Amino acid sequence: MIEQVGNQTAHVVDARGSYCPGPLMELIRTIRAAPVGEVICVRSTDRGSRVDIPKWVEKAGHRLVDVAERDGFDEIVVEKTH
Amino acid sequence: MERILILGGGVGGTIVANLVGRKLRHWVDSGQVSVTVVDRLGAHVYQPGFMYITFGGERPERLQRPERSLLDSRVQLVVGEAVAIDTVSRAVRLETGEWLGYEHLVLATGSRIVPQEMEHFEDEAHHFYSAEAALRLRSALDSFTGGRIVIGIAGMPYKCPPAPLEVAFLLEAELRQRGLREDSEIDFCSPIGRAFTIESVSEMATEQMIEKGITLHTFFNVEAIDPERRVVQSLEGEELAYDLLILVPPHRGAQVLIDAGLAPAPGGWLPTDRQTLEVVGQTGVYALGDATDLPLSKAGSTAHFEAPVVAERIAAAVEGRPPEELQATYNGRVMCFFEIGDGKGTLLRFDYDHPPEPPRPNRFWHLGKLVFNKTYWHTVPRGRV
Repeated sequence: MIEQVGNQTAHVVDARGSYCPGPLMELIRTIRAAPVGEVICVRSTDRGSRVDIPKWVEKAGHRLVDVAERDGFDEIVVEKTH
Repeated sequence: MERILILGGGVGGTIVANLVGRKLRHWVDSGQVSVTVVDRLGAHVYQPGFMYITFGGERPERLQRPERSLLDSRVQLVVGEAVAIDTVSRAVRLETGEWLGYEHLVLATGSRIVPQEMEHFEDEAHHFYSAEAALRLRSALDSFTGGRIVIGIAGMPYKCPPAPLEVAFLLEAELRQRGLREDSEIDFCSPIGRAFTIESVSEMATEQMIEKGITLHTFFNVEAIDPERRVVQSLEGEELAYDLLILVPPHRGAQVLIDAGLAPAPGGWLPTDRQTLEVVGQTGVYALGDATDLPLSKAGSTAHFEAPVVAERIAAAVEGRPPEELQATYNGRVMCFFEIGDGKGTLLRFDYDHPPEPPRPNRFWHLGKLVFNKTYWHTVPRGRV
């Protein structure tokens, strides 16, 4: 689903309530299919995502755009760079 | 006549058909409603059994039954492949050219494996996502005399998230029993930063991996295979050498959904409302099981708990009443067994609002899975549990 997130358009992955496979797996799935330059916003109720997702993004060499706390969930925004 | 058309005779499609047939029995018996399942093979396959072909002496013929034998007598079965869906004229075309009209459509078309999408997969890697592949893996293990086994995941999403870990544990137990453990290394590649997505299960699994000498590689999403050097490479830029390679193949949704413009390529997963299970933007069209894009396990259990929601919504629409709120709202419920090896297992049970709290691995839940495998045919597809 494409939505306006902050001042950019992002592919939103609503992984709230996802325990298995979980928000990071949902991000990896989306990023693999996305074109370079796409911005992906993961919504997660799993507190671990604030740590897990940035770690993977760094290891995989993509760009972490933002980590923000919303009303009852976290929003992590990532840009696919390669 | 009001026509309910269900594409797919897997767990989700079969349960929806049986539940709707029963809920609307008077309508069906009086000829005002028809319930039809379209299935490509006319056979229902118990896919969780594939792993036991490799590791438990299961036989492929025991994992398949005629779809007709599982359907309520009020449900019609059409054996054939749906090749086009026209949501404007509300009709589905079969490969024979025949069109089937509908007023209510259920897309339970599952997922398909596409190992051919990764270069060298079919020549180099084994998997356990079909009966044939599970038999081939069994044969490869029978002739294995030691070396380095790499287990990894070559695409997401995939069916049954715990399955690769279960295979690692079952494999380790087998090698130990055959006296090959000291001559073998087992490398498990996890796509994320720990052994498994659910933290408590991951901790349990990591303890077991340390105890069993299985090497865990985190953030290793399999991206490519180099058959000349016999190495598998990750999206994150690392590589591992293998003698025997076991990979979860890439999965896709049904091609007919992409062709119909209902699901985006390349994945082919249907945008689906997480509570009503209606396909986004398609009134009266429902999706369940592997076919959806919901962030849930692609597993029969998910389809099992989604089916009553779809059945209630369709029955209510036919009867011209509001759906019973509790029955007609999916809360993300999933429940599945997890094999740890050495005759022990645990249970994962969760929904959108409640994370899993699995019990310590024990014999009870391993036996629970074996009992479930045996009783499946008499309970789940018929909508009795």
